[in-house]
Amino acid sequence: MNEQTRNLIENLMAEYVSRIDNDDLERWPDLFTDKCLYSVTNRENHAQGYAHGAIWANSKGMLKDRVSALREANIYEEQVYRHIGDAVRLITLDNDIVTVQSNFMVVRTMHTGDIHLFATGMYLDRIRIQGDTALFEERIVVCDSQKIDTLLAIPL
Amino acid sequence: MTDIIATSGGVKWPSDKVSTIPFQVYTDENQYKIENERIFKGSTWNYLCLDAELPEPGSFIVSRIGETPIVITRDEDGQLNGFVNRCAHRGSLLCLKHKGKAENLTCVYHAWSYDLKGNLTGVAFQRGVKRQGGMPDQFKKEDHNLRKIHVTEFSGLVFGSFSDDAPDIESYLGSEIADRIRRVLNRPVRILGHNTQILNNNWKLYMENTKDSYHASILHTFFTTFELNRLNQKGGIIVDESGGNHVSYSKIDPSLSNDDYGSQNIRSNNDEYRLEDPSLLDGVDEYGDGVTLQILTVFPGLVLQQIQNAIAIRQIVPTGVETTELVWTYLGFQDDDEAMVERRLKQANLAGPAGFISMEDGAVGNFVQRGINGTEEDTSVVMMGGETAESQTFRATETSVRGFWKKYRTLIEGQVPNA
Repeated sequence: MNEQTRNLIENLMAEYVSRIDNDDLERWPDLFTDKCLYSVTNRENHAQGYAHGAIWANSKGMLKDRVSALREANIYEEQVYRHIGDAVRLITLDNDIVTVQSNFMVVRTMHTGDIHLFATGMYLDRIRIQGDTALFEERIVVCDSQKIDTLLAIPL
Repeated sequence: MTDIIATSGGVKWPSDKVSTIPFQVYTDENQYKIENERIFKGSTWNYLCLDAELPEPGSFIVSRIGETPIVITRDEDGQLNGFVNRCAHRGSLLCLKHKGKAENLTCVYHAWSYDLKGNLTGVAFQRGVKRQGGMPDQFKKEDHNLRKIHVTEFSGLVFGSFSDDAPDIESYLGSEIADRIRRVLNRPVRILGHNTQILNNNWKLYMENTKDSYHASILHTFFTTFELNRLNQKGGIIVDESGGNHVSYSKIDPSLSNDDYGSQNIRSNNDEYRLEDPSLLDGVDEYGDGVTLQILTVFPGLVLQQIQNAIAIRQIVPTGVETTELVWTYLGFQDDDEAMVERRLKQANLAGPAGFISMEDGAVGNFVQRGINGTEEDTSVVMMGGETAESQTFRATETSVRGFWKKYRTLIEGQVPNA
């Protein structure tokens, strides 16, 4: 992976986290290709080959709908995430498609001030590089635990 | 309200009706212990797992009845067996893995070993070592089998009971509920995935929520906006005779207007809201009866959901007075083609911990739990649609919530309340 590709990917990762953690969710779907796969699953499902995701979207439109549902339809207590991630590990590099893997930890803070460790896991990404843009073609969020406390409103 | 009816030794109820619920039932430690004895270990059938999760002889899976750990096996004869997941020796957990295959079950602590029917077959060093130690002659292995429970299967659902008095499963369900389980689970299933939602509330608050058709179109905006579940659709509630089991169903009827909603200024009336990718709602009528939604519960802890083509099982597992786990199993069928699998994966966004139309249910029980803190002497009121628990042809009702309390009080107090 050349330096330019690595920069594009690192920038994409940073934007992803920033748009979620800073409540800029309207711009979150723009980090995906029009046809894409975004799924929040867990280790057990992943190991068994089960395709179900607590959130499962195969188009940018579905990601936008997720955001508008959060804004307009769903009821949940005010909360914010703080993502902590590590360096991206290259798995495969195939012309325009880079497959990478990285770890994450998400701490959720509620409006009441309650703080708890909400999720840990890994991102399995297929990233499409086109010129000077990098976009997620696929992001599978594999949580270590199958348990989700109360609800999963904001995407991981 | 001054006549206190109390025959159970548990929380006192203001009357023999089921339309006024004392908040204490959600907070009282002693009540929780009584529930374990009279409900979970009482004459009930508790959902444990799917038949499909025990595919061959030697398959085992762990589950829970109340907080009691249970293991279910399929033995060499293909029969299902259930027992407390606890070694008869010192009480250690026996199966530590969630599921697997084994010829026998051996405790890690002292290697006591049991066959798949739960019979003790091996005791390490039973004759001692070098003729020293060992079990005395009066020790008989057959006196130390695993604690067995009754296990039964219905439409691929496996239930367990501690009680010799539980009726056969079909009588327990009631014929109308049984028919509607058969309707959904009408062919071999295929598991699409699992997750577990932690609910920070008493288990009963979740069961009531699921039986409460009154809230569905008010709390869950997504549902109403896309005409999946409006109170003015055709539909109704079926409550079985015991009260504990119910079905709520609806059929979309585009000819009915939304005037009832508009005039009441309910928050969820939002005609502006449209999906970017409406393929989420491209359901097919796979049962050929036009029923787009069927939520079914079996007392005390099973929910079977059909929301369009999103089929799921929810097992309600209490983990403390004020904590519960909701174990979700998302289902398709073995004859699903690729398009159908994709449809189910998409529609699975509707329910579950991140469900467009159900995420609120993960939180609202906790809102009640927090709301009643410190004033447990007060009561809630469930009088929508009357004070009894019969089947009704409309959904603006709390009849099946009252049904829950009818069954609950029958078991706790040993007599059927005025419902």
